[in-house]
Amino acid sequence: MTTSELQFDAPADAVVDGPVLQVEDLHVSFPSESGRVRAVRGLSYHVAPGEVLGIVGESGSGKSVSSLAVMGLLPSSARITGSIKFQGRELIGQNDAELSRIRGRRISMVFQDPLSALTPVFTVGDQIAEAILVHRKVSKQAAAKRAVELLDLVGIPNAVERAKAFPHEFSGGMRQRAVIAMAIANDPDLIIADEPTTALDVTVQAQVLQLLETAQEVTGAGIVIITHDLGVVAGFADRLMVMYAGRAVEKGNVDEIYQQPRMPYTLGLLGSIPRLDVGEKQALVPIKGQPPSLTDLPDGCPFAPRCPMVVDACHTAEPPLMDVDGSVEHAAACIRTNEIAATDAEGAEAAVEIFGAEVAAEPEVARIPREQREIVLGLDNLVKEYPINKGVVFKRRVGTVHAVAGISFDIREGETLGLVGESGCGKTTTLMEILNLQKPMGGEISVLGTKSSEVDGKRRFAIRRDMSVVFQDPMASLDPRLTINDCIAEPMQVHGYSKDEINRRVPELMRLVGLRPEQLSRYPGEFSGGQRQRIGIARALALEPKLVVLDEPVSALDVSIQAGVINLLEELKSKLGLAYLFVAHDLSVVRHIADRVAVMYLGKIIEIGEVDSVFEAPRHPYTQALLSAIPIPDPVKERQRERILLTGDLPSPANPPSGCRFRTRCFLHASLPPEQQRQCIEVEPPRETQAADHEAACHFAQIRQVL
Amino acid sequence: MAGFLLRRLVNYVVLALVATFLAFTLASATFDPIGVLQQRNPPPPAASIEAKKRDLHLDQPIPQRFVTWMGGVVQGDFGRTIADRPITDELGRRIGVSLRLFLLGITIGILFGVLLGVVSAIRQYKFSDYFATLFSFILLSTPVFVLGTLLKMGAQGINDSIGTNVLIFVGETTPGFQGNWFEHLGDRLQHLVVPTLAIALGQIAYYSRYQRSSMLDVLGSDFLRTAQAKGLTRRKALFKHGLRTALIPMATLFAFGFGLLVVGGTFTERIFGWFGMGDWLVTGISAQDTNITATVTLFVAVCVLFSGWLADVLYAALDPRIRVN
Repeated sequence: MTTSELQFDAPADAVVDGPVLQVEDLHVSFPSESGRVRAVRGLSYHVAPGEVLGIVGESGSGKSVSSLAVMGLLPSSARITGSIKFQGRELIGQNDAELSRIRGRRISMVFQDPLSALTPVFTVGDQIAEAILVHRKVSKQAAAKRAVELLDLVGIPNAVERAKAFPHEFSGGMRQRAVIAMAIANDPDLIIADEPTTALDVTVQAQVLQLLETAQEVTGAGIVIITHDLGVVAGFADRLMVMYAGRAVEKGNVDEIYQQPRMPYTLGLLGSIPRLDVGEKQALVPIKGQPPSLTDLPDGCPFAPRCPMVVDACHTAEPPLMDVDGSVEHAAACIRTNEIAATDAEGAEAAVEIFGAEVAAEPEVARIPREQREIVLGLDNLVKEYPINKGVVFKRRVGTVHAVAGISFDIREGETLGLVGESGCGKTTTLMEILNLQKPMGGEISVLGTKSSEVDGKRRFAIRRDMSVVFQDPMASLDPRLTINDCIAEPMQVHGYSKDEINRRVPELMRLVGLRPEQLSRYPGEFSGGQRQRIGIARALALEPKLVVLDEPVSALDVSIQAGVINLLEELKSKLGLAYLFVAHDLSVVRHIADRVAVMYLGKIIEIGEVDSVFEAPRHPYTQALLSAIPIPDPVKERQRERILLTGDLPSPANPPSGCRFRTRCFLHASLPPEQQRQCIEVEPPRETQAADHEAACHFAQIRQVL
Repeated sequence: MAGFLLRRLVNYVVLALVATFLAFTLASATFDPIGVLQQRNPPPPAASIEAKKRDLHLDQPIPQRFVTWMGGVVQGDFGRTIADRPITDELGRRIGVSLRLFLLGITIGILFGVLLGVVSAIRQYKFSDYFATLFSFILLSTPVFVLGTLLKMGAQGINDSIGTNVLIFVGETTPGFQGNWFEHLGDRLQHLVVPTLAIALGQIAYYSRYQRSSMLDVLGSDFLRTAQAKGLTRRKALFKHGLRTALIPMATLFAFGFGLLVVGGTFTERIFGWFGMGDWLVTGISAQDTNITATVTLFVAVCVLFSGWLADVLYAALDPRIRVN
């Protein structure tokens, strides 16, 4: 990296003194059928050279729109007023040609979804070179050479070859690296990153955040990082601005905001994040309701309808952003900041106090020792392989994808098992095999003692009553043409419930998941994501199952909504004595909800056990890396943490490494003497007991604290 | 890649054979050329009818007739018409006439259709978009024989106002025209303008609708925003990144549009008196001539399959994601 730094001007060469970006009283509105949408309403902020500003808020809070306004990339229907000064120069009112000379040269942007951010028909190298050619008079060869250097800088191995690849040949993380390479190509003074890690796996998220820090170091640029996840920016941002309904509702130094939040919304956001580093059951704060419609905002504080501290005075006028605690840096828009300041608790604890969140009770069945409880789901050495075929007419098998390579676990009554791992590790395949209930290619699946290989169609149908599923995408998993009533009633109709019983049970289920039975005649389109996920849960519970399989049930939801759904799941578990198989890539959520956790890597379970034991004393290097990649929403802790960065992406499951499958990315393996390395390469490590209810599959397993 | 396309081509030969066989069988089973002959007044002598039957191989079973005919086709002999003229002689000329007419019409149709579609998409819900939409719908709902006639009238009007016959709309060339190659070219161009317009207008309307919607899909895409964020102006991003991607789904449409039009242009050919393939098919059927019908069918099959092949090639050229290793 030392050689690469030479390509950039020295970071200190700030062209103008003062802030790089100064936004004053920015308003953005769009026309819509129900009136003008006022997406941004009087936003002011600044970014100093080399500073990292985090903008946080739920979807629809105006955070992306305000940064697109800076880039001049809003559609022409948008009405923009106020002032956006970049290095002292006003950007509002400049035409496209003028702005295009600044875009990509002085201000660059990293977008949320790396899968669609690159043009599919041009090579990655060409697209990076284009960013240079647009702004500089250099030869095509020089630009191509520089593109390769940039790819190398952002950590793409074998950059010369990879520059010739098309975007679809890159993984999500690599594409985001390529987009960052493009963003730093012209040594910009400001980089705007709009949810740069939201679409990525945790391990890749850590890599990309690290890379953004590197990018900041080599270019010396100011960075605006937009996110809905307070954890992501804790260790990275210098200052933070929280947005709600198109306005800044709190801003200040990152430490102040995390420790002394002074606006109930910020408190709610902090309290809604499940913490990886909290052992005992933590109460999650759900922010009730939805963000207000931006077409006709009520007078008064827009957060008032969702605020636990609301008083009559809140409805009279919208509170302005005022300095709090006598600090010039820290400001909040709430008339009751002093009262919040008066509470003794800090950060998330204050949120729990103010929002009155509670921890769900343990289910009664959990008091019986685990060994004595019934096994609800048992997997014994489950194998699933897919053939790779070649040829159109005469198909011949040229390889095998070992999607699930022999995994075993069991789930007992009233217990939650979290199944975690990166995308492509075989989580979904495992899930599909369980739901299929067919005879597996190898091994055995048993539900409540019945083996799937021995059941006939009739028995299989009966088993399905005991096992239901909630899917990841609440938008896609409900038929848009069925009313909610029909959605929830369908499983009961299929299983021959009587009409009366169905009519009695559907409203009951609605109440159970916290929705009003009056809404039963509505269609899914009229509900928000969180509500739809509740409907999905109601449908899953219709047949009174013993086991609910949850496939990333909250990963598509905003954090504040996510907290509500997690709380609901915990409450249901305790009320109904359910067992959950909870598939997720977010380890914080798993720590919060699961009793036991199984970590998958390339079709194998590499570590499994009681959740506190695995999280606090992880034995397998992969688990350690996964855990260290999860950001903790605590700036002080976060800055002190040491990250274990995994190199590269998951190897192809068609061609897994010999011996230990993780060895190609393993930091422990790399540090071993050759004779021990040989053991990793030649012998597949068996799953061995490390502690009570804690197994790991590593030859050299040792505890490493990473939280 | 080349191997893949070659294999495709081999598959297509089989398909073309099947299509031609079916057409040949159907035509042979339904046509009754001898009946037509017998109805002549005065009726031809029985001996010559017998001779005709033998000439047309009507004494053989249909599959055998097909094999006989196909045997000739392989050697470049497409048999004879009922009027006992070699088909091969006429085939080349007619293909030439059809291709001249339609290649130009379609090329113009594609170019302007894409352009109109892109402009419509970029200026969605503006006046020009509404205008283009109206123009397209009117043209799409006008049958080609109405459009052809209207164009003829328009051309006549222009000729009258100028005072000379600049635009000629009957036939593909002036019979007995004398002059050097350059004057010949001019004469052909004069004949070409109006019928080409008749084809191109419909094609423009058709393609512009598809191009508009495929461009609209791309307009909201993230990569277009990325391109602008790099510093490309909106216009440049739209054409370099947007249009290039929006053309991919059009490839199939272009290819098959060409394949089908070459033979679907019967009306156009008839209206403007061009003796191309479409015209020939009608002639063949009305004369109850199996050989002409089968020959034209074979040509259609080849056109359609070639279009499919062309679509594959175009796709591979436009979209790196589907390139086969």
